[in-house]
Amino acid sequence: MLKRTPLFDVYKDYEGAKLIDFGGWELPVNFSSGIIAEHMVVRENAGLFDVSHMGEITVEGDTSEAFLNWLLPNNVLGMKENQCLYSPMCYSDGGVVDDLLVYKYNRNKYLLVVNASNASKDYKWITQENEWVKKEPNLPEFENLSETMSSVAFQGPKSTEYLAEMAGAEVKDIDFFYFRDDLKINGIDCIISRTGYTGEVGYEIYVDRKDVPSVWSFILDTTKDKGVLPVGLGARDTLRFESKLPLYGHELTKDISPLEANLGYFIDLENDDFCGKDALVKQKQNGIPRSLRGCEMIDKGIPREGYKVFLDGKEVGHVTSGTKSPMLNKFCGLVLIKRDLGLKLGDEIQIDIKGKIKKAKLVKTPFYKNI
Amino acid sequence: MNIPGDLKYTEGHEWVRVEGNVAYVGISDHAQHELGDIVYVELPEIDTEIDAKEEATNIESVKAAAPVYSPVSGKIVEVNEDLEDSSELINSDAYGSYIFAVEMSDKSELDSLMDADAYKEFLEKE
Repeated sequence: MLKRTPLFDVYKDYEGAKLIDFGGWELPVNFSSGIIAEHMVVRENAGLFDVSHMGEITVEGDTSEAFLNWLLPNNVLGMKENQCLYSPMCYSDGGVVDDLLVYKYNRNKYLLVVNASNASKDYKWITQENEWVKKEPNLPEFENLSETMSSVAFQGPKSTEYLAEMAGAEVKDIDFFYFRDDLKINGIDCIISRTGYTGEVGYEIYVDRKDVPSVWSFILDTTKDKGVLPVGLGARDTLRFESKLPLYGHELTKDISPLEANLGYFIDLENDDFCGKDALVKQKQNGIPRSLRGCEMIDKGIPREGYKVFLDGKEVGHVTSGTKSPMLNKFCGLVLIKRDLGLKLGDEIQIDIKGKIKKAKLVKTPFYKNI
Repeated sequence: MNIPGDLKYTEGHEWVRVEGNVAYVGISDHAQHELGDIVYVELPEIDTEIDAKEEATNIESVKAAAPVYSPVSGKIVEVNEDLEDSSELINSDAYGSYIFAVEMSDKSELDSLMDADAYKEFLEKE
């Protein structure tokens, strides 16, 4: 049976909400307004997402910092208290286990927020399977809070203004990729981080599982007059796509290195030893084999995941994600293609869309940028 | 759910409007609703010979592509070029937005299609 978030019962209040199986979770692909309207409300105003399916894992104890600094390729040592950090998490061969957010309370306490579909795999990897936990005697304590913690994401250019009215003016002082855990919404204790997956200003709000329906209704009731809408997974995907934020299983997998996915910015190769470092350093020295590029269709059609990419008749890669961008009103795709092709922006590639070879051109990414 | 009485329907949620020897084909209101925002319709080529139940084209919503099958055999004689740049017309008016028209080679194939009552019953069971 599919898993459900504590908000499952409120979905039925929205006429036309459509539920799908998303990595084993029964979640709305859209609410009443449809994917495009829900996409636009986040770009222009603000929208609320149920992201209770995300996994949460705490790491506590005096070896937490050293452990996470080894576990993750990004620089955990450089984090300040109450800061968030995005990082891929790699196997020793450089392939990606998952990508996640690290929340630092202090050197001895961290919260990791991981993808729902990877949560059990991640917990096993972090607590049992990596080399560090196999050999180090003094381990941090781990707890999987995925069943007890729930979250909503409130995203859009107006989100700061609205949230400050509900959670206090302190919201305005939360910097990008920082969080506070001393604020309340309608009397409910929350962790509020200025983070998100839309390319807009926005917040992720974590509460106890039992409180999420009340936080959800409070936010939507308070902002209804302002046009705020609940937003489903369909728009979550098109929003993250326009902003070129990777989605595990598409742009990142165990067979795609984070350097190939152009996440070099989040890989600190100067950092101390970390899991996957040798493989990634070697890959960088020998030449990164593939590169994640953006393209826009010249011929009409939607480049969907898995479609083959060609250059002058030779297969050079595949599409990782594609859709019609609601902001640009153009058919766009992310393609993982060989790096040494010498292609520049504007150069033509071809994509096999259901047996027809269609022309596309490489374009700048993110496809859409607001902040 | 909107199901006009003067049309015929398939189990694949296509509708057919017959004008003389030509069958105009679109997708039902139920189908457009299930697909959600439609962002692209690939129009078939005129003069293509097609068999009943053969895939004629694809409709793409934001999330997925769905095939449209020809309910009847014959030759494609018209396509709705308005959909080329305004595929969302199918969302706003599914029955006013035909996708392609087939000059039928065997009109008796229409007999196997559902009328509005049968389609309504079919939807309730589905």
